Formats: sequence, structure tokens, C-alpha cells
Amino acid sequence: MAGKKALLTAAAGLTAGAVALRRLTARSPEPDDTHRWLVVTVQRAPDDVRPHEIGPLKDFGDRIETRINAAPGDRGTELAARFRDPAAEGGGSVAARVAGDDPRQDLRRALREAKALLEAGEVLLPDAPPTDHESPGGKLIGTLSRRAGGEGVL
Amino acid sequence: MKALCWEGVDRLSVEQVPDPILRNDQDMIVRLVAGTTCGSDLHLIGGYIPFMRAGDVIGHEFVGEVVEVGPAVRRHAVGDRVVVCSFVGCGRCWYCANDLWSLCDNTNTNPGIGQALFGADTAGIFGYSHAMGGLRGSHAEYVRVPFADYGAFTVPEGVDDTSALFVSDSVPTGWMGADLGGVGPGDVVAVWGCGAVGQMAARAAVLLGAERVISIDRVPERLRMTERHVGSEVIDYSSTDVGAELRERTGGRGPDVCIEAVGMEAHSDGPMHVYDQVKQQLRLQTDRPTAVRQAIHACRKGGTVFILGVFAGAVDKFPLGAVINKGLTVRGAQMHGQRYIPMLLDRIAAGELSTSHMATHTVSLDEAPTAYDMFKHKTDGCVRAVIRPGG
Ligand SMILES: NC(=O)c1ccc[n+]([C@@H]2O[C@H](COP(=O)([O-])OP(=O)(O)OC[C@H]3O[C@@H](n4cnc5c(N)ncnc54)[C@H](O)[C@@H]3O)[C@@H](O)[C@H]2O)c1
Ligand SMILES: [Zn+2]
Ligand SMILES: [Zn+2]
Repeated sequence: MAGKKALLTAAAGLTAGAVALRRLTARSPEPDDTHRWLVVTVQRAPDDVRPHEIGPLKDFGDRIETRINAAPGDRGTELAARFRDPAAEGGGSVAARVAGDDPRQDLRRALREAKALLEAGEVLLPDAPPTDHESPGGKLIGTLSRRAGGEGVL
Repeated sequence: MKALCWEGVDRLSVEQVPDPILRNDQDMIVRLVAGTTCGSDLHLIGGYIPFMRAGDVIGHEFVGEVVEVGPAVRRHAVGDRVVVCSFVGCGRCWYCANDLWSLCDNTNTNPGIGQALFGADTAGIFGYSHAMGGLRGSHAEYVRVPFADYGAFTVPEGVDDTSALFVSDSVPTGWMGADLGGVGPGDVVAVWGCGAVGQMAARAAVLLGAERVISIDRVPERLRMTERHVGSEVIDYSSTDVGAELRERTGGRGPDVCIEAVGMEAHSDGPMHVYDQVKQQLRLQTDRPTAVRQAIHACRKGGTVFILGVFAGAVDKFPLGAVINKGLTVRGAQMHGQRYIPMLLDRIAAGELSTSHMATHTVSLDEAPTAYDMFKHKTDGCVRAVIRPGG
């Protein structure tokens, strides 16, 4: 009975993991979507936010355009970025996204890292070395975690 | 070093794992003096938070001694005795700056998972799955503490390790429920759950001036402990109609503030429990919200329900009609520990707040799997088992 319950719960867990993976990757690759600005709000004054001087964004050079606005209230600065020529970047398909080959994933990660550097002075790294080992459910979660830095609603 | 690892649903084991290392300049390494079991761990162990990998170290409430500090740590030095908040906050994003620490923008190393599940990522927690940051847990000989200046607090002289330990998590969680639930003088407050979180919520309500505090559970030792150490009245829900009893004790109004400290594995008698359990196991709902439903029904018109229990996803039969028609405020949060910890340590030092009574058992790391089993089944009067990796 206990074994059966554990199995059921594990199966349910896998399903939920799969649902999350689908949601992580399922947004439609509408042509317009690749033109959309990706935006983070940084808890710093606009004068302190110079996108092309921040490591993670600097590396994109002229491939990206950026924009900054003062956020309403006391919420800091809105920092936005997008590719100048999304078609030339490639990716954008569901397949590219699942494979982790969508350049917008790198841009999302770079924006988050830029925000973390400006606010907290460092990008938090996961613990090392990892303590986990292979298991059937673990593989999926490993994939999810690897993708998670470049994914999301941002 | 030795660590307590999650190996699969309902399977914990003590393993040999590599020592943690400093990864960021603001990190420090703490040698564990004591850690403890938490109701939140039960949700992980039972597989209800499906983002664990075999070998993940669990544990998130702990006190210890600083053994190594990164070059950017300013407020701590080797040798400090510290209690560490279970949630990791960067201290400088908008959320941390506004004392909403469990919502920190910069401490979840897997932000895409939370964004997919909840629409936004939330702060990292020690040992609480890859969805909640993927950081190693503290049931080990050593643990890495990121953003150490913000999450670790030096324990004052005169506060012993066991009393300080619960200030990591259960004490600030309970306090937050009463504080953000708006408890004030003259209020009648009802608290569902007499675990450490519920007891601390009830105690906070007393200290914030509530006129009457009523705690609800069915485990006799926990009910007795709550009466004795918290100064709350109690109701045994296994033998009492909770709604009717609360109406009678509150002049027919219902409690002004209802605090839920039970969570997604809530128990109940009767057909709804079977219904919820089956739906939860088939993943048609992820959580069993029995106590939340009861709190919403019992709450007085215009009152507040604060949800401290952890829920991961969607629930079924949520009484939205009662919320809107009775004009309720429903609020919940993971705990913003850094906001309360210094004040709580001061209150413990001043003798206003007792926490050590919740440490009903003390075990070694090797005995931790057995201790979790006892904690899960609430046997032998277990409220919190303290795990001492150093013996
Ligand atoms: N919000 C936060 O930041 C935070 C922090 C810590 C813990 N938590 C959550 O708080 C909850 C409680 O944690 P804990 O460590 O005290 O757990 P615990 O397991 O020790 O206590 C839970 C208590 O609830 C009682 N209970 C079960 N069903 C009930 C019902 N229908 N009505 C009334 N009581 C009922 C149980 O008998 C038990 O005594 C958990 O869900 C945990 O995940 C939240
Ligand atoms: Zn906890
Ligand atoms: Zn923060």
C-alpha cells in the first residue's frame, strides 16, 4: 500500500515536471514574439544603468538594442533588450527552445545577470559540486534546471 | 562529509557527499551545530513538490559556527555563532529593500521554473528543491550560506542553541502570520495547526495583544503543549465541530483573524478527505486545502485569513463565494524571516518568547531518517526533532 502510494506520487510528480517543462517551452514562436522587448526592473537609478557596460549584455555588442526608463514609483529602472535582427539570430522555434538553442534564452539570462550584478553585486551560483545522482525522475528535473536560467515569462 | 539526502518519495538516507565550497564572494561556510525537522520537509519527502533529484541534501532551519568567509562578507567572522534564515535574500533588490525577503529577485538559481509555475520566480530556500533555488540543504556537517551578511544573524549571549534554532524558520513564519494578518488588541484569533508554525503564530497573536487566541489540532500532546507554553485556548477537531465551537466562543461572529498553519497535506475525516487525497495523488489537484476551506468558512465577515501552510499548485473546491460575499481579506506568504529575526532573538533573550519547548527530541545525523519518520507520523509526542550533526 505504502509502495503503491509512493509510486503514484512519483508518477504524479513526473507528470507535474513534464507539465512545467511544456509550459517552459510551449510559448508559440509567433514572428512578432521575437521582436518583443525582454525587460527587467533594476533597483538602481537610471544613471547607474548603462547596459553596454555590464558584462553579460556587453558581450552581445551590436546584435542587441537596449532601452532604459525610470520605473514608476520608487521601483528603480526598467532595462529592456531585444535582438536588432531576430531573423538573422535564428532559433525562435519550439524545437530550438526545447534544445536550449534559442538565442533569446541567452538574452534573458544575460538580462537577469545584469540585474543581479547591478543590485546585489554578484550572480548567485548553484552549489558545487552537485550531490545528486542519476534517477529516472532526476533526468527531467536536470533538464528543467539547465534550461531554467534562460527561460520564463520575462 | 555526511549529509541527509532525499533519495526518492518517502526515502531519506545519510550519504557521504563532497564538502560545500565558497562559490560567490558574499558566501560563507557554516559548521552545523543543530538543525531541525520542518513540516515543509514532509511535503518534499512525500513527493508533493516534484522538483527533487535523488541525492539532494534537505534541511533549512539551522544554527552553527562560521568556519570560512568569502572576501565580500562584512558582518560576520570565523567563529561567530549564527542562526540562518531559511530563505536566502540578496538584501538589495526591490523586494528585499521592502522587507519582502521570500520574494527576492536574485537568489533562485532556476528562475524559469517558478516563472512557469507561478508567473514569477521567488527567493531560494536551503534544501527545498530545484524549483525553489536548487541550493543545498543544511542537514549536513557543513553548509554554504550565500549573501551571508543578510541571511545570517549572530546569536546573542544568553540565547542557547536550541532556542535560537527555530528562529531560522518556524518562529518568524508564525510571527509573520499574525503581523501581516493584522492582529491587534481586542482581536479574537484562531490558528489551525499546533506544529511549531501554528504554535508560534498563536504566541505572536498573544504578544501582539489579541484578546483571545484559539488553536485547533487533533494531536493531544500538541494541544496540551500549546495551552501550556503558548497561552492559547485549544479545540480538538477530531471530537468537536470546529465551526460551531468557534461561533459559540466568539459571540456568533467568528474569529477576526484566522491563521492557517497546516499546509497541503491537511488531514480531515469524512468523504471530502478521500476525495481530496485521490485527486491529489492523481494530480488533478496538487494540494489538499482542508484547513483553508474551514478557516474561510469560520472567519467573521470582513475578517482576514492568512495562509502560512505551504501549497504548491492548484486546489479544488476553493470557497470563493465565501471570500467575496463575506468581504474577506485572504493573504499568504512564505516567510520574510530577515524582517523579524533580530526582534525575535531580542524577545527570546528577554524571556518573552519560549521556543525550546518545541524541541521534543534530539538525534544524530545518522538517526535523522528515523526522526523524520517519527515527525511525519507525529508519534512519541514529536513536535520538532533537533538534529545535531556533531553528535
Ligand atoms: N509560509 C512559510 O514560510 C512556512 C514556513 C515553515 C513552514 N510552513 C508550512 O507550515 C505548515 C505547518 O508546518 P509545521 O512545521 O508546523 O508542520 P507540522 O506537520 O509539525 O504541523 C502541522 C499540524 O497541522 C495539524 N493538522 C493537520 N490537518 C489539520 C486540520 N485539518 N485542522 C487543523 N490542524 C490540522 C497536524 O496534526 C499537525 O499538528 C506546513 O505546511 C509547512 O510547510 C510555511
Ligand atoms: Zn521550514
Ligand atoms: Zn533580494
